[in-house]
Amino acid sequence: MRFADLVSALDLGVIRKRIASSSEADVLRALAAGRPTEDDLAALFSPAAAAHVERLAQLSKAVTERRFGKVIQLYAPLYLSNACVNHCTYCGFAANLDIPRVTLTPEDVLREADLLHEEGFRHILLVSGEDPRAVTMPYLLEVVAGLRAKFASIAIEIQPLKVADYRRLAECGVDGLALYQEVYEPAGYARYHLAGPKRRYGSRLDAIEAGGEAGFRSLGIGSLLGLSDWRLEAYLVALHGRYLTQRFWQSRISVSFPRLQGCAHEDFQPEAQVTDPEFVQMLCAMRLLLPDAELVVSTREPASLRDNLIGLGVTRMSAGSRTNPGGYGLPEWHEGEQFDIGDQRPPAIIARVIAEKGYEAVWKDFDRSFIP
Amino acid sequence: MKTLKPLIIDGVTLTSRLFIGTGKFPSPEVMAEAVAASKSELVTVALRRVDLNSPEDPTLAALDFSKYRLLPNTSGARTAAEAVRLAQFARRAARTNWVKLEVTPDPNYLLPDPTETLLAAEELVKDGFVVLPYINADPILAKRLAEVGCATVMPLASPIGSNRGLQTADQIGIIIEQATVPVVVDAGLGLPSHAAAAIEMGADAVLVNTAIAIAGDPVMMARAFMQAVNAAVDARQAGPGGESQVARASSPLTGFLRDDGEKQSCDSLT
Repeated sequence: MRFADLVSALDLGVIRKRIASSSEADVLRALAAGRPTEDDLAALFSPAAAAHVERLAQLSKAVTERRFGKVIQLYAPLYLSNACVNHCTYCGFAANLDIPRVTLTPEDVLREADLLHEEGFRHILLVSGEDPRAVTMPYLLEVVAGLRAKFASIAIEIQPLKVADYRRLAECGVDGLALYQEVYEPAGYARYHLAGPKRRYGSRLDAIEAGGEAGFRSLGIGSLLGLSDWRLEAYLVALHGRYLTQRFWQSRISVSFPRLQGCAHEDFQPEAQVTDPEFVQMLCAMRLLLPDAELVVSTREPASLRDNLIGLGVTRMSAGSRTNPGGYGLPEWHEGEQFDIGDQRPPAIIARVIAEKGYEAVWKDFDRSFIP
Repeated sequence: MKTLKPLIIDGVTLTSRLFIGTGKFPSPEVMAEAVAASKSELVTVALRRVDLNSPEDPTLAALDFSKYRLLPNTSGARTAAEAVRLAQFARRAARTNWVKLEVTPDPNYLLPDPTETLLAAEELVKDGFVVLPYINADPILAKRLAEVGCATVMPLASPIGSNRGLQTADQIGIIIEQATVPVVVDAGLGLPSHAAAAIEMGADAVLVNTAIAIAGDPVMMARAFMQAVNAAVDARQAGPGGESQVARASSPLTGFLRDDGEKQSCDSLT
């Protein structure tokens, strides 16, 4: 069964009520549960669990260290293109915006990648807006072929593709796929995604499953926090993570929950801001619900919060990110970024902070020898 | 005193019965110090984590390989083909034909795939590798792997990183009983007492990583594991007294039947 079908079979009103009305006893039961049930899920994201954030953090830290060790994996996004056919009201690349559209040539991509390689990165995430005319299959294959020799791990975050195309990319050396639903609650999804193929809620959810069928080792999901009630979003993300873990049992699930900070729309204001304590509650609860998932925190978050999250359950961080195509070659050029960067520090500094926190910054955790 | 059979792998005698893993440590420096404190002679390194072609690789640079034998592992391999490819790469780059074979298609519990492990082991042995396969505690699989020429078998005590100790003790007992190759208990040993128990029950060696790496003081914990393993080795050599379902008086009540009724005390029971 597709996850989209599972979501449509849920009574979200009932779930929302269950989250809101979880009691202290429900929270304590969930905290003690070795294998949390769906009721426990609701309890851990509930307002009642806020009082137990310290306990959540301690449990999250212990689980994370047992499963992942005292390490934080570093990666860098490399933006290929800001061309996009979708109109998403929160995004700096939205099709209706009058901004210069840039798609890097494969040579430009390699130049950008060289700069990241020099910084120490061996895991790279290729990101683009969603325009299949700008980021085509031949283009992607050429880019990946050029990057293979230098990078241990190559992941993509681009427009949804069909299984056959994903499979070709996997065979050529792409090992990870990130495809964020952004908003899991269907009514909210419709409010923010006004035009373009991304408007179709179900087909977007299907795409990550196509990636699972294609055999990507890492499947990245996520909700963009600030657009809808975070508690319900986190609940559905956790369900999605569990669903993917069961169905694509050979892939590792990674979860991102970027908070919307700001973007090219100066007039766009997030309507459901998530506070720092709520963010920490969500992160630590997510760790207990998905003990084996990579939990990702990007440079959207401010430096001080990122530093404090090391050791609480995060296992993967980006560093020194630029979110516009060509941004690494032109570091002083900030125009046209997809979103504002909260943590501007260079990767070497981030690695040092990680070390000071008693963790090792891991730059390489995969090897090209895995792929024929 | 009993003499414990020496631990010999591929003609190499290993004095230390503690093998150590290098993942999950807070830094390469702490890892190297912990490895030194463990007095281990065999150090396993995940190929995906290191760059064997780079002399500056932080993990490899931290370790003095004149003191330790490198045991590359294929952690992360999902199929026999991937594991074989990784092992061949390691042999070229690190110039060792020893490999710890791990085929773990499920990235969560990292449980080993028995079918793919056997296939890979067979191929690697034929290709001249010294294969130390990580397996579930399955006695039949252990026999099959020994038959295809593996140098050891490495059954898990409990899932990797779980620190839950000897959950598979009964099965490991059967493996030890039937073994024709050294048995190394790998994965899940969370405390020095778990490692000691594995050696006491007859394992030839243990492999520990997570319990040391994520300890508050990894160096001290490495030393603690070393001491526990050595204590268990000594205990094996000393010859344990054995268990009994009933108490046995050190000064039996019926002693008079043997010693002409000399007065007995019954205050100490063993």
